[in-house]
Amino acid sequence: MALDTAPTKTSPAGPGERRRLVARPATWIAWGVFAFFFVNLAGVIGVPLVDSFGERWFTTWLPEGFTTHWYGDAWEEFELGQVFSVTLVVSVLVVGLSVLIGVPAAYALARREFPFKRLVMLLFLLPILVPPITYGIPLATVLYKFQLAGSTSGVVLANLVPSVPFVVLTMTPFIEQIDPKIEAAARMCGARTHAVFLRILGPLLLPGILAASVLVLVRTVGMFELTFLTAGPDSQTLVVALYYAAFSAGIRTQQSIDAMAVLYTLSMLVLLVIAMRFVNPAQLVTRSREDT
Amino acid sequence: MTAGGGRKDVALRHRLAERGIDRTLWLLLPGVAFLVVLFCYPFAYGLGLSFQPKEGGGPFANYRTFFSDPYLRETVWITLRLAVPAALINVLASVPVAFRTRGRFRGRRTVTTLLVIPVTLGTVLTAEGLLGYLGPAGWFNKALLEIGLIDQPLELVHNYWGVLASLLITGFPFAYLLTLSYLTGIDPSLEQAAATLGAGWWQRFRTITLPLLTPGLAITFCLTFVLAYSVFPSAQLVGDPRGSTHVISIEAYDAAFKQFDYSLGSAIAMIMALVMLAVVALVLVWRSTFYRGATGGKG
Amino acid sequence: MARIDSLALDGVTRRFGAHAALSDLNLEIAGGEFIALLGPSGCGKSTALNCLAGLLPLTSGSIRLDGHRIDHLPPERRGFGMVFQNYALFPHLTVRANIGFGLKMAGVPKADAATRVERALDLVHLTDQARKRPGQLSGGQQQRVAIARAVVLEPRLVLMDEPLSNLDAKLRLEMRTEIRRLHQSLGLTTVYVTHDQEEALSLADRLVLLKDGRVQQTGTGEDVYLHPANRYVASFMGYRNMLTLPVLDADREQAVLAVGGERLTGRNRGSVGAGQRATAALRPEDITVTTAPGGLRAAVEVVEYHGREMVVQGRLKDGQEVHFTTPERLAPGDDVRLTAPEHRVLVFAEGPS
Repeated sequence: MALDTAPTKTSPAGPGERRRLVARPATWIAWGVFAFFFVNLAGVIGVPLVDSFGERWFTTWLPEGFTTHWYGDAWEEFELGQVFSVTLVVSVLVVGLSVLIGVPAAYALARREFPFKRLVMLLFLLPILVPPITYGIPLATVLYKFQLAGSTSGVVLANLVPSVPFVVLTMTPFIEQIDPKIEAAARMCGARTHAVFLRILGPLLLPGILAASVLVLVRTVGMFELTFLTAGPDSQTLVVALYYAAFSAGIRTQQSIDAMAVLYTLSMLVLLVIAMRFVNPAQLVTRSREDT
Repeated sequence: MTAGGGRKDVALRHRLAERGIDRTLWLLLPGVAFLVVLFCYPFAYGLGLSFQPKEGGGPFANYRTFFSDPYLRETVWITLRLAVPAALINVLASVPVAFRTRGRFRGRRTVTTLLVIPVTLGTVLTAEGLLGYLGPAGWFNKALLEIGLIDQPLELVHNYWGVLASLLITGFPFAYLLTLSYLTGIDPSLEQAAATLGAGWWQRFRTITLPLLTPGLAITFCLTFVLAYSVFPSAQLVGDPRGSTHVISIEAYDAAFKQFDYSLGSAIAMIMALVMLAVVALVLVWRSTFYRGATGGKG
Repeated sequence: MARIDSLALDGVTRRFGAHAALSDLNLEIAGGEFIALLGPSGCGKSTALNCLAGLLPLTSGSIRLDGHRIDHLPPERRGFGMVFQNYALFPHLTVRANIGFGLKMAGVPKADAATRVERALDLVHLTDQARKRPGQLSGGQQQRVAIARAVVLEPRLVLMDEPLSNLDAKLRLEMRTEIRRLHQSLGLTTVYVTHDQEEALSLADRLVLLKDGRVQQTGTGEDVYLHPANRYVASFMGYRNMLTLPVLDADREQAVLAVGGERLTGRNRGSVGAGQRATAALRPEDITVTTAPGGLRAAVEVVEYHGREMVVQGRLKDGQEVHFTTPERLAPGDDVRLTAPEHRVLVFAEGPS
């Protein structure tokens, strides 16, 4: 339903009507749940943030004084320069390769009905549905066997396993909604296959590819389990380095761990803001456009 | 069609094309091959490896070890005791919230954006934050002490509750966004129709919305459960990884990459996958007793 | 059971923000009457219906049923039946359960409810489909379920929101007859929303024509068809020719307009005076091709074959398009003379109606 006709058409628009049809108790519960959730979320994010700028903080509400030197310490202590560059390399490779492999597959799935299509769909669905830790252990075992694990290439390969299907599943509905008649029309105008792809499909697919890339980027930077299982000391991404730092708490100063956590949060938030420009928030957690 | 292959080839190609098999399908090849090599093969390899125990003792020795050692066996129960309540709470809490927020309202985008944050932050950061926030001197306990609800700080980290809290923080937004997308898929005119037929809000919810929403809720439960079931970093960081939150994924990891017993590690990973599939299958069977078709008004 | 005496809408207004979807609707409906709200999409007819049903709260105004105010009641306490545009059948319930839903909500005893559902099924010829789910039915059958579900409670008022717009042309005609038959046999007071003037004319006792949330004309089908109140109603009721012409001479009854060098005489419906510009509204089927002198000269441009007659687009000497029908075989390029009976030429004032 178009926005401009919405107010005068029958149903779903009117705010007043909505209020009437919905249960009042639900309103209270809803805002209660939201408020509780967000207060605690603020706490969870706020504590490391405050701590990372604090000097000494024991039992008071706030630290005794504020400083920024933990960030410098963390950068040195955890070799964050190297960690950031590994993270960047891994995510760029994963995004590029998963788009290269995933988009053509999505095109074939969107445009053709063929025997065993459901089986192929299932193959693309499983790596997203099965939690990474479950298949990550046998996958890491295999990668170790072929001496691929413990290096950047192993991390990239492992991260591609959920990323390729993710690109396929986000791009398939996107390609489906592009009318195949447009391609037919281009061919009727005399365009050959490569011209159809380059001049017609390419521009039409670009927004979808951008959205899928951003989503894969967010997921790769945040992917803990697979990277954790396959990374060696020189191929840790930020989230894995953070885990090791947090796990060794007591040896390291808490504030520099928190400084690192804040840096991770910040980079994720930047990515999130970028992602929001391209996609609907629901897409970040579910796998396809509508998921129904 | 002056193809060099002759008439027979052309005819065959046409017959295949009729069934949807033509050159376009080559595009699928890289993707499928990739997943076969890096997803199916490792799974099969792991399954095979699990039947070749390091210490010998017959193909089922690993499975026997797992189920005869109470410390290992317990992990299944511990994992389920965390994942099932977490998934249930997340789904049940998301229903009224999604119900209230399904219409358009000011700030909707802000709310959804805020909700996505914990999902993108991931479990490691959430665990790190929870350690400070829920700790004995953390803001949460402090606030409760100040308003006089408690007189001793609650022990909320390094035990069951810390992990549960982390599962709720990361799982709730996920469950909410899924539930919301299912709920908005139900044609609002169905509820209006029920209203014109004399149904009050509770009757509308119970006889129309809930039955139509239940299949979606079952899926939401499954996905949230799977997410919670594979809890690993938070069980290690905010939990008690040797005791009350000794979940199965920790044991699988330790066996494979700490004791370097890949065979036992694979066996535990297989058990993990099986238990998870069993729960999901159970929920899906229950779901199949409901109407699952289109939820638009035209039926 | 519950036959009403009257339903009175008094100054019913509904705003969405600054936009008034419905302004000041006044309407008195008698018991057993069939009223059609007619207009293009966005005219406010659906808003009016939703206000009546209680699905939309009013911004101002009141609705009284037999003297009692009902506009503050929620939909479930008004006791009206409604047929939705997309039918809104409950997809998880069988046809029988869909029809019985309202009886169940009203707490009607089971045995009683069962007989009433059977009667309703019989009424819409769906007894054989009773165990099916709505998704297994054809469009026309779904439509009949929706109607049965709305009338089984013998509501005080039945509301229908473009119930036929999702059906194909042939089915639409059949269902139209069906709705008319049901209305005659049950005598239920009905408010029917549609954008199709033919549907409204064939079904309704009275029509309410809306535009931009305002009533343009209320009256019987014949009233609205023969005596449209303004240019807008005329164009909506099939007066396809709207010629803008200077007025040569006018009194209270008649107006004489100039078309190039020729004259067109019509009924003065907009109190226009000599020297003004006016709009002459004419139906294509009221125009005849003549051989006698004195008609308007036109050049034939496009001829469409419509079976018994031709629909022709021509151009008058002053350059305006004119549409007319004729049994004669004309060809593009022919010159013809056109006349229309004076009482079928309606002259309205120029400008916003």
